[in-house]
Amino acid sequence: MRYLPLTETDRQDMLRTIGALDVDALFADVPEAARLDGPIRDLPMHASEMAVERHMQKLAAQNSVAGQMPFFLGAGAYRHHVPASVDHIIQRGEFLTAYTPYQPEIAQGTLQMLFEFQTQVARLFGCDVANASMYDGSTACWEAIVMARRITKRGKALLSSGLHPHYASVCQTMARFTQDDLRSGPPILEAATDYDALVAAIDGDTSCVVVQYPDILGRIDDMSRVVEAAHAQKALVIAVVTEPVALGAIKSPGEMGADIVVGEGQSLGVGLQFGGPYVGLFACQKKYLRQMPGRLCGETVDANGERGFVLTLSTREQHIRREKATSNICTNSGLCALAFSIHMTLLGEKGLRELAQLNHALAVKAADALSAIDGVTLLNRSFFNEFAIRLGRDARPIVRELADQGILGGVSLARLFPDEHQLDDTMLVAVTETTSEEDITALVDALGAIMAQETGA
Amino acid sequence: MSMNNMGRPTNIDGVANDRTSASTVTGNKALMLKEALIFESGSPDRCGVDIAPAPETESRLGGLVRDADIGLPGLSEPETVRHYTRLSRQNYGIDLGFFPLGSCTMKHNPRLNEKMARLPGFADIHPMQPVHTVQGALGVINELAVWLIKLTGMHGVAMTPKAGAHGELCGILCIKAALEARGEDRKIILVPESAHGTNPASAAFAGFTVEDIPANADGRVDLAALKARLGPDVAGVMITNPNTCGLFERDMKAISDAVHEAGGYVYCDGANFNAIVGRVRPGDLGIDAMHINLHKTFSTPHGGGGPGSGPVVLSEALSPFGPLPFTERYEDGHITLVEEETCGERHPHSIGRMTAFHGQMGMFTRALTYMLSHGADGLRQVAEDAVLNANYVLRSMEDLLDAPFASAGPCMHEALFSDKDFAEGFSTLDLAKGLIDEGFHPMTVYFPLVVHGAMLVEPTETESKAAIDEFIMAFRSVVERAKAGDEALHGAPYHAPLRRLDETLAARKPVLAWSEPDVTAEAAE
Amino acid sequence: MSLYFTEEHEWILVEGDIATVGITDHAQEQLGDVVFVEVPDEGKQFDKGDEAAVVESVKAASDVYSPVSGDVIEGNEALADDPSLVNSDPEGEGWFFKLTLSDTSELEDLMSASDYKTYLKTL
Repeated sequence: MRYLPLTETDRQDMLRTIGALDVDALFADVPEAARLDGPIRDLPMHASEMAVERHMQKLAAQNSVAGQMPFFLGAGAYRHHVPASVDHIIQRGEFLTAYTPYQPEIAQGTLQMLFEFQTQVARLFGCDVANASMYDGSTACWEAIVMARRITKRGKALLSSGLHPHYASVCQTMARFTQDDLRSGPPILEAATDYDALVAAIDGDTSCVVVQYPDILGRIDDMSRVVEAAHAQKALVIAVVTEPVALGAIKSPGEMGADIVVGEGQSLGVGLQFGGPYVGLFACQKKYLRQMPGRLCGETVDANGERGFVLTLSTREQHIRREKATSNICTNSGLCALAFSIHMTLLGEKGLRELAQLNHALAVKAADALSAIDGVTLLNRSFFNEFAIRLGRDARPIVRELADQGILGGVSLARLFPDEHQLDDTMLVAVTETTSEEDITALVDALGAIMAQETGA
Repeated sequence: MSMNNMGRPTNIDGVANDRTSASTVTGNKALMLKEALIFESGSPDRCGVDIAPAPETESRLGGLVRDADIGLPGLSEPETVRHYTRLSRQNYGIDLGFFPLGSCTMKHNPRLNEKMARLPGFADIHPMQPVHTVQGALGVINELAVWLIKLTGMHGVAMTPKAGAHGELCGILCIKAALEARGEDRKIILVPESAHGTNPASAAFAGFTVEDIPANADGRVDLAALKARLGPDVAGVMITNPNTCGLFERDMKAISDAVHEAGGYVYCDGANFNAIVGRVRPGDLGIDAMHINLHKTFSTPHGGGGPGSGPVVLSEALSPFGPLPFTERYEDGHITLVEEETCGERHPHSIGRMTAFHGQMGMFTRALTYMLSHGADGLRQVAEDAVLNANYVLRSMEDLLDAPFASAGPCMHEALFSDKDFAEGFSTLDLAKGLIDEGFHPMTVYFPLVVHGAMLVEPTETESKAAIDEFIMAFRSVVERAKAGDEALHGAPYHAPLRRLDETLAARKPVLAWSEPDVTAEAAE
Repeated sequence: MSLYFTEEHEWILVEGDIATVGITDHAQEQLGDVVFVEVPDEGKQFDKGDEAAVVESVKAASDVYSPVSGDVIEGNEALADDPSLVNSDPEGEGWFFKLTLSDTSELEDLMSASDYKTYLKTL
């Protein structure tokens, strides 16, 4: 077998050194009733590279590839162009096959990269500090709510109805067991966000208010008034960013006073990958540093006085604090954080701003063209690269019909909010730099034809 | 003759053989090159990506245009590639050498896995695509689930947890949900002292109270003490098997039976499943839930700290509580995704969603590729070679170094040693740093906590005998220096890119992000 | 003015009904370099045995329990800026908090300096 270097002679030599008759003797502690006498049945035997490749390719071929058709899906995962050098660098064995940098003298590559990543994320979000990554945006969101509970010692969190329903659902799963009191609901189909309602709901028991920016329907709003109202009650504001590219064009949550900013970093460097692995971004203002979950990389010096980096403040973490840790997270998303950081370095300030401009301009074009179709209305007054359109009837069959015509046209709200039938007629459309003007025309033509046909016009 | 005397010298006459006089003005050491931070070398107007000009449109940004500088430096592509290539060379990785980090399972990461994960049919598909456009992706998840169920002899599997600790949380939540469904409010989770830190942290994160259970003299759970503690307040136990001392819990079945009899559930930390895959099925030992680290047993890369993937296999009792979403295959081969929209009638007891989408798809393709490569026969061989290699290290060291449980019998996939016989003032840390100079990544140190100055060596099955022999030679040499009190060891490493780093300074005065140097302060000096 | 010790390696200096609490020289030596200390705020009320403070070294975090009952009148703010005081002067500048004793009889259960010294030898 190609991954196993020991020869039969090696094995016999080693057994002699050990003083064991055969390899079975090494499994003597396994109770006899539980020992398997041979390979597990009903599973295939070993196979060559070529055979495995053939099998996997067959499965891959059964999927409609985003890059091979007009594509408009977002809702928390965005298709952006990833420069070729990103994938080249993350496949270097020194990054790919390294472990968490517990021996800093031989892990400065990973550590310096994490320090750069933390700085990039903190600046993008307008915060003082960021950690070395979480699993993804949704789990980072829950960790932020738990952190707010630790800081405020209150258990009631107000979730904006503009928060991604899967994020809210992850938080609800956890809260059911931790007895946290989460208030959430479906979005109302109007151009304004629910910030006024949130402000009205904040009281002395509120630990935090969670707002997504831009929100699930793509709307952008100034969260300063939420921050002001929350701080007046000594509650925190958690901002959730599912599309970090947006922050190349719009103000950061930190600038508007958010205390904790979390996000999904998938847009930069990582790719779609059917939902994972992604990379959770987590930043906050400095005064809350000690309550942060996850790993942190910090600057220090070595015995010769040279600058170097180490994992630090690890007493917050599970391997030291055990049941009193700020989080149970151990492995995070190191390699995805690297991909994010490389992509961000390639872009720099100039590139990120240009990229954001291009995304927004193409989205504006698409929004205008789609809302010109008879029976289609644009919900948003403001948006970045994703917006909601109302179709006047169930969007699900339309999404399916478009897919059958070779266009991945958007995400129906009915799939995201299956119990909220008032949302059934609405579809989210995302447009990035990977969307061509021909793609937009193709969607407009196909949707126009479907709408005309169904209305009998 | 025409004579060209301009050629370069080809012998080494006159080259000083003094190694210490080799200081350089750059601080570089030939192939080891210093590298500045991007914030020092880059600039906001430099860019390594060409972006098409945006068409003229009216802005709809809600009046929230970002005016202030963000402070993100950019580099051109050649500078970017060089920056990260230089950084990479300051890292140790499995590709470079022996990486015997106990409990972490640093085995070879096959490159076929990488190639398969990058097929556009897997890498370039969106999690919310209509289900009929992603049948192959759902097929991967389903096929991997079948492998995991068969290899563990369990009833079901939750595929979405993002890493081992997330899987622990998932399993513990399933236990909590099962107790809730029975109308019981049990608060205590029992965890052995030797457990991974994530175990008590996960139990506490889910709202349980953690109590320690003691180990017996041969490094295993004390069955009598455990039985004595069981009662109507105990929700369950979390046990690692093989345990963190590298030993198989002989009484596992008896433990499970006792816990079940007392109305509790058994969580098994499957971090060490690689030692028994194909030789033992956890389902035969009475386990109710066990996470599997695909980045340990099934060779997906560690990536300098993730991403991992931690599917959780579940017993029949816990399967109804597994998280959303999951796949179901119909008889016609068509696969559906059970999520909020469809779970009501089919999966009413689910704990709900644990992550936004379907789990670590990129890791699933890699793990499935690995399983298909090895097959049922190869995976069994994996466990055998991993255990053989660890025992070989154990028996090659035990005459020189204290191995607390060596006399109790064979170890599993990792060998545990202590610093008992080191000279006064010499620590496990000194030994670890000495091994760095010898060209090895150190073993896991100071874990498990039950052994003083613990050294946990896990060679894995992907090391050759020659590689292990070389490690043993170096390990013995450094142990001898620690026992003899060789002062030079306190200074190790000498040959790494940096010397020992001041972790106290880092923690006392945390600098966690780069900031522009204060120019006025420098000018005043 | 009298000085008491606990088996958890805290010292208590009592002046009138005011007690100053810190950790002993032995404790700081065991912990190693202290990097962070969280002290209680003024006005907090403790029963004997309540978690009162947290002390962190690079590799360990420990809770400090209030050895006596009382109301906190001051936490040592200086430790926030310079936690190394706990290492350099544990039984002086490195004090943790002061409280007003609510039950002086609790002091009877504590150890004297010489008892503590003897106790350390048994460890």
